[in-house]
Amino acid sequence: MRAMNYRGPQRVRIEDKPMPEILHPEDAIVRVTRSCICGSDLHLYNGNVPDTRVGMTFGHEFIGVVEEIGSEVHKLKVGDNVLVPFNIACGKCAFCKQGLYGNCHESNPEATAVGGIFGYSHTAGGYNGGQAEYVRVPYANFGPTVIPEGMDPDDAVLLTDVVPTGYQAAEMGGIQKGDTVVVFGAGPVGIMAARCAWLFGAARVIIIDHIEYRLEFAKNYAKCEAYNFKSMNDPVVFIKKETDWLGADVVIDAVGAEAEGSAMQSITGRKMLLQAGSATALHWAINSVKKGGIVSIVGVYGPTSNLVPIGNVVNKGLTIRANQASVKRLLPKLIEHVKNGTLKPKGLITHRIPLEAIADAYRIFSDKLDNCIKPVLIPSTAKY
Amino acid sequence: MENINKDYMQIEGWGVDADPENDPTYPMKHRTNEEHKGYHWERSEQQPALVEILHSNERPNLSAVFGTSAPPKGLSGMIRRYAFRYSEGSFAHWIPLIMADRVNVIEGIIDDLKRGRFPNIWAEKGLKARWKYDKKKIFQNIGAGTLLISGVAGFLFWKINTIKA
Ligand SMILES: NC(=O)c1ccc[n+]([C@@H]2O[C@H](COP(=O)([O-])OP(=O)(O)OC[C@H]3O[C@@H](n4cnc5c(N)ncnc54)[C@H](O)[C@@H]3O)[C@@H](O)[C@H]2O)c1
Ligand SMILES: [Zn+2]
Ligand SMILES: [Zn+2]
Repeated sequence: MRAMNYRGPQRVRIEDKPMPEILHPEDAIVRVTRSCICGSDLHLYNGNVPDTRVGMTFGHEFIGVVEEIGSEVHKLKVGDNVLVPFNIACGKCAFCKQGLYGNCHESNPEATAVGGIFGYSHTAGGYNGGQAEYVRVPYANFGPTVIPEGMDPDDAVLLTDVVPTGYQAAEMGGIQKGDTVVVFGAGPVGIMAARCAWLFGAARVIIIDHIEYRLEFAKNYAKCEAYNFKSMNDPVVFIKKETDWLGADVVIDAVGAEAEGSAMQSITGRKMLLQAGSATALHWAINSVKKGGIVSIVGVYGPTSNLVPIGNVVNKGLTIRANQASVKRLLPKLIEHVKNGTLKPKGLITHRIPLEAIADAYRIFSDKLDNCIKPVLIPSTAKY
Repeated sequence: MENINKDYMQIEGWGVDADPENDPTYPMKHRTNEEHKGYHWERSEQQPALVEILHSNERPNLSAVFGTSAPPKGLSGMIRRYAFRYSEGSFAHWIPLIMADRVNVIEGIIDDLKRGRFPNIWAEKGLKARWKYDKKKIFQNIGAGTLLISGVAGFLFWKINTIKA
């Protein structure tokens, strides 16, 4: 089969690889019909996630058709059209049982601080991912969800990560009616977070980035205010001014380790890897939220440590909430939101690229070329 | 681990201010306090480890399932094995892993060459897309590269001349 193959920082290619096999009685093999590249893949692509081994296939956002099932799979059958949450979760451990499906304890031997994730380095379990024609899906009785009749596959593929992550970012903000919400990052996740902030009753939603076309897109898609931090002297002072000098009620970090905007953070975090990525957006978030306010983090950082003003967190009495999105927990609600038209995820998709052109697809998404918001990869095995 | 103080409920004031509403994990966690029972849940069948799988020393075992995409091998594999002697809280775990990743890149190139394949770095870096949408950056990079090379060359030339003199 054809699959993406990681060769080193910013080097990926498409190659013939052996077909995935059933390795556990609860596995399924899925023929991929759509997969995406995510901002999280950029941390891998840039070589910033430790234990990213040459030869592995990335991709944690995919949908497809069940081709084969293990002897213990009862909840799926061959031919089912499924969307597969990006987290690999057993559904039985103490964490899964309480809805923390992004924190399963039985899907990642290599690290206890993160659950298993498809195609996300050995630090997240060493699984090959869905930027391929076929993929092995463990815990097939639990994770994969049959795509409701009539749902557009482009909507379905965004339900594997972007929609639940954006939604959970807003949910973790504990947004109350009338709140002012600031979102750092106008990528697919930040835009979805801004869109979802309204669902919780925000009165004002402000998104901040430095890429003009993304800000324009966000303004239209998420019906929010959008500002470019490159045109501000100091983003924190800008937000203070905009909020009658008190700060925002809720600030969401939808940027993570690849953040720009501070030379010191970028050099120590992204070039020298002295930090687990650059924490510029998180730094701004902590400083621009109101006293007693809430910072919600979905931006991804590496496993070591970051330079953030933790003293201000204490002195301002902040609540910090963060997680990998618990996709399976949110799916029933979000499928409803998509079905009744409250959320229209596929509007985020700007690029449809054949899987064969994977290297160019990474470059376009990574460098933010050609007004790209979200690229979808189509393998040649996709029949629709 | 056993709780040494079996009579903790007898401690004066125990639980008087317990407030189930004071739960900052809501709604992410549907709290049942399952984990108070320890690592005793019903696990799925253990996936057999047919290839070498390294596991965090912060857990006693392999998780019931795991990926098998790229088992440790070669020099990078040796470094990874060393790294896994240290916990996830230790730089001695993560820094060797990053080093192993870089060594692995060179091993990857050697592997390619051994299979008679010369990696097409231009294509792998997706520079065709950059050429199409962002020629400026390519010229900037070439410019910066030329500047660096001529700088280094100039310095060496100057060094050689001064040494001669
Ligand atoms: N927690 C989760 O479950 C989860 C799931 C998916 C993605 N993520 C993470 O969310 C983040 C965003 O993902 P994405 O797909 O939208 O990525 P993306 O790269 O498309 O978007 C990130 C955006 O942030 C902008 N940015 C850079 N520095 C900034 C700064 N200092 N302030 C404001 N904006 C800045 C970039 O210009 C870019 O538009 C990533 O870190 C990704 O790993 C987390
Ligand atoms: Zn993702
Ligand atoms: Zn679990």
